[in-house]
Amino acid sequence: MRAPEADTPAERTESQTRRTESQTGRTESQVRPRLLIRDESGRAATTEVPAVPAPTAARETVFDVRDVSVFYGAKRAVGWTTLRIYRHLITAVIGPSGCGKSTFLRSLNRMNDAIPGFKLEGQILYHGHDVYGGGVNRVEVRRRIGMVFQKPNPFPKSIFDNVAWAPRNLGMKSGLSERVERALRDAALWDEVKDRLKESALGLSGGQQQRLCIARAIAVEPDVVLLDEPASALDPIATASIEELMLNLKHRYTIVIVTHNMQQAARVADRTAFFTLDPAERVGTLVEYDDTRTIFNRPRDTRTRDYVTGQFG
Amino acid sequence: MSAIVDAAAPLTPSGNLRRRLFVSQLVSGASILASFVAVAVLALVTYDVAKQGASALSWNFITHNPVGLAGGGIASAIIGSTLIIIFATLIALPVGVLTAVYLTEYAKPTSRLARALRTALDLLQGVPTIVVGLFVFGLMVVGHGESGFAGSVALSIVMLPLVARSSQEVLLLVPGTLREAADALGVARWRAILTVVLPAAAGGIVTGAILAVARAAGETAPLLLVDSLANPTQTQLLIFGHGVPNIPVLIYTASNLGIPEAQARAWGAAFVLLGLILIANIGARLALARYRARLGQ
Repeated sequence: MRAPEADTPAERTESQTRRTESQTGRTESQVRPRLLIRDESGRAATTEVPAVPAPTAARETVFDVRDVSVFYGAKRAVGWTTLRIYRHLITAVIGPSGCGKSTFLRSLNRMNDAIPGFKLEGQILYHGHDVYGGGVNRVEVRRRIGMVFQKPNPFPKSIFDNVAWAPRNLGMKSGLSERVERALRDAALWDEVKDRLKESALGLSGGQQQRLCIARAIAVEPDVVLLDEPASALDPIATASIEELMLNLKHRYTIVIVTHNMQQAARVADRTAFFTLDPAERVGTLVEYDDTRTIFNRPRDTRTRDYVTGQFG
Repeated sequence: MSAIVDAAAPLTPSGNLRRRLFVSQLVSGASILASFVAVAVLALVTYDVAKQGASALSWNFITHNPVGLAGGGIASAIIGSTLIIIFATLIALPVGVLTAVYLTEYAKPTSRLARALRTALDLLQGVPTIVVGLFVFGLMVVGHGESGFAGSVALSIVMLPLVARSSQEVLLLVPGTLREAADALGVARWRAILTVVLPAAAGGIVTGAILAVARAAGETAPLLLVDSLANPTQTQLLIFGHGVPNIPVLIYTASNLGIPEAQARAWGAAFVLLGLILIANIGARLALARYRARLGQ
């Protein structure tokens, strides 16, 4: 019941104005990509969109999310989201609790499929292929789009076997120990665990476990790594190491990170999407999506400004 | 009763706290007593069997076959029972575990088939074992004759719901985050089940299997129907096509003979049966410990 606007000391008239503003904001983000859909040339069309900064032209689109709504049963959890995620950039998704940012992220690699009543409207194109299209296998989707979760979830196996598990099961058996070492090095964990690869992964600290999970995800060399609040259960030092690791990994992987922590988004992300819970309809909606600097310094939407300046719940 | 606490009063129990403390002690005392009763029954049974059976027990008793009505040992029955149980486990364990895998890993929570299956397992667990014996008698013995294997099938039906239910319980305890982690790596579900979920649940599955073995090892009713005609003086290493001597039937017939020597043999056989179950239990736990050490848990 607690509408976000109610937290700000605004008069009723003022908040009404704001709602109109936000409505425009949404329409804007809806209309822009529609122009793109009409234009079949896809990537080249990006330059024609006025609001997107110039450098975007050179960027390769990995995800083209077109007017996506996610439903759990009859309830629309995420509504009318349209955005593009670009190759070898870190894209952050921020917003208050319950705004649907995790739901959105999990829709990108079909992790929501197992949830009863899950339904998706609109289209998510991954390198031009519909992620939810006919003939698409979700195991193959996840093979290319890996995911790391909020709570570290290593298997009850040895450190080595955790990283080697997916390569083994995917038939990448040659050079397995080199592959494991590379993944652990990339995840900045090698030096800490190289002498105890055969010990249980459950004996590692929380931060180490999370880096192990990242190593496990990149051991199969996916194209995209989705991170769902990967540092929210970690202390600041472990968080810092995860952030540093992301910056190192972005040259080879496309990274999408959902985070509660605005500073974290500001530190690591190239692009930031701000979601909020539409107070009237209780639907998670994309408010603004832009370069991280723009989102934090010159947000166009008042709701974004309120959120990133901390004037919001 | 006033809600206001006298701040100056000493910190000793006051008001109805004294009564509440008394009730608390009463409840904890009663529960301790109840658990003692349960253990005492087990101890009494074991003690009685050990006392009565120990006199019959000797090296000869477990390594030689019977001679006459009440002489010699029970080696053929020990071997027969072991073989029957092994085959019963070989049938019940895979079917039971796979049933549990279906119920927990593949069936949707709303699945009617899964609900029907769970109910069927509960019903099967409640079916009197003599009925199971009759069923197998009609299925395998009529027209074919008794056999040790018919006994194995009957015992596997007794074991199946126990194995399936206990496996299901432990599979439910395996955190969903492990399945999610495996899914997110783009590995097919069955591989995740085989190499992550089942190993994580191995401890509970083995414990359930041991309980089922213990339960089936002493099951007499079905064996009386489908595997009671055997020549105990001959050791059978094959359980197909003919009756195989076994411990429960031996205990039953020996205690019915009315000869003191035979009754002593029955007690001895009961003691051996308890010992075998204990050995199976310890063996399975050792195997599990080694398996866990190898997994690095």
